[in-house]
Amino acid sequence: MGIEVIVEGLTKSFGKQTVWQDVTLTLPPGEVSVMLGPSGTGKTVFLKSVIGLLKPERGRVLVNGVDMVNGPERDIYQTRKLFGLMFQDGALFGSMNLFDNIAFPLREHTRKKESEIRRIVMERMDMVGLVGSEGKLPGEISGGMRKRAGLARALVLDPQIILCDEPDSGLDPVRTSYISQLLIDLNAQIDATMLIVTHNLDIAATVPDNMGMLFRRELVAFGPRELLLTSDVPVVRQFLSGRREGPIGMAEEKDEATLALEQLTDGATVPLAPPAVAPQLEPSPGMPPRQAVQRRKARVLAMWDQLPAAARTAVQAGLAPVQGEPA
Amino acid sequence: MSAPVRVREPGPRRAIPGTGALRQTGQLMTLAATTVRDTFRRPFQMRELIEQFWFVASVTILPAALVSIPFGAVIALQVGSLTQQLGAQSFTGGASVLAVIQQASPLIVALLIAGAGGSAICADLGSRKIREELDAMEVMGVSPVQRLIVPRVLATMLVALLLNGLVSVVGTAGGYFFNVIVQHGTPGAYLSSFSSLAQLPDLYISEIKAVVFGFIAGIVAAYRGLHPKGGPKGVGDAVNQSVVITFLLLFVVNVVLTAIYLQLVPQKGA
Repeated sequence: MGIEVIVEGLTKSFGKQTVWQDVTLTLPPGEVSVMLGPSGTGKTVFLKSVIGLLKPERGRVLVNGVDMVNGPERDIYQTRKLFGLMFQDGALFGSMNLFDNIAFPLREHTRKKESEIRRIVMERMDMVGLVGSEGKLPGEISGGMRKRAGLARALVLDPQIILCDEPDSGLDPVRTSYISQLLIDLNAQIDATMLIVTHNLDIAATVPDNMGMLFRRELVAFGPRELLLTSDVPVVRQFLSGRREGPIGMAEEKDEATLALEQLTDGATVPLAPPAVAPQLEPSPGMPPRQAVQRRKARVLAMWDQLPAAARTAVQAGLAPVQGEPA
Repeated sequence: MSAPVRVREPGPRRAIPGTGALRQTGQLMTLAATTVRDTFRRPFQMRELIEQFWFVASVTILPAALVSIPFGAVIALQVGSLTQQLGAQSFTGGASVLAVIQQASPLIVALLIAGAGGSAICADLGSRKIREELDAMEVMGVSPVQRLIVPRVLATMLVALLLNGLVSVVGTAGGYFFNVIVQHGTPGAYLSSFSSLAQLPDLYISEIKAVVFGFIAGIVAAYRGLHPKGGPKGVGDAVNQSVVITFLLLFVVNVVLTAIYLQLVPQKGA
């Protein structure tokens, strides 16, 4: 089963500029979570802070009892072996071919025989659809292939926590759906805790169990997917509908004057109807059922009282077909 | 879930001028200490060491030999004409060999290693850093210091040690050639003055200097490579800085080492 990641009061700034402050959330074990946010709100910085590459000024990130922010260096290195991180552009080693890139963690951390390494690497390359390219150098392949190779490399050590930095950027819509399905299948197979950072609405609507959103240097919300998908918080609603009307502007955010002007001119903007919640992706046929589903159901029902009505309806709608009876 | 969270107040930036330089120096020293510590940590990266050793050696051997011939010659000519004025021609060989072995050779070696090997190391690490390769390595639980920097620093030290021998020999031979052939000195006097002025510890300090300089060149190159500012332009700047910083450090450290050596080891014929 995956490992719980607890983030407490995390604050990160570069010089005088605060990226985000006081971010507190818990990634439930084995579940898929998505962190949304407009470009430039520090989603990648958040990901790198979780794994201890960047050191926030305040707060802590607990993984298996190890503080990834201020813990001892040795413990952090040990704990990182539980992680698989897929970088935005793959971050492959330019001097090695794809096979050696993907085999790198195995060769560094295990004493497996070369034949065994070959078997595992080919299995992972098959998973991401890269068979036949193992001899190519990262410079010779497309950005999408680099991304998939980066994912394969993140997967070879059977990580218990998988972090994906914008798995969709640079991929066409079809490949994006394949990646979405791949992530869900992975979760069904190895039951790893997953955190996906993205601003792709399709992924946001269909992949995660939980969603969070960063905006204006804060975590606007974090909770079950239904909570955000039915949310009437203006910024969440604007982001998930991809419209111009709302607090998010072309620059990172609109200032008060622009907002006021907008209110004035579009005073009569019809409020959006609550969006329909798309069903979550199921693992492909032949895959084991996701164990996280049952755990999540128990968790969501336990917090039933705190959910707003719209979210409850969506949760019920989501549970009904699987469960056979309303929750 | 209410464990105490360490609160660090963000202090005012740039409070005291000069703290930036201190911080950089501190980080450089930390990297040096970490590198020394990780040298003894398993698994040792033999393959990377051999590759780097071969690389640094291949870019420095020929230029080092080519530089040391005229350098030996210049010293021989200069010392030769000076000793002629003083009427101490018989000591020309000893004086020039001391200058070549103690001073010129380690410096030539270090300048070439910093200029040819160190700049390449810095550029390599810098471009890996901006492509997030080093981050990826850390994420996979592999320390870039142990995996990449230790072999590189050891390689620069080893090459410096061995190259110093080569440069000493070539420089001395060049001095001999110019003194005997061009200045019409006597071969016997040139050679016999070796043992009247030079001694074995001179060779030791030469090799010690070369190893220390190699270490400095490697560490500075690695340090600048690990901290490029911004994109590709930053890598270029880092390479530039690494060479300049190494050169500055080399000459300062050389003064210190020379002073200590002259104090500790009694000179022959004194």
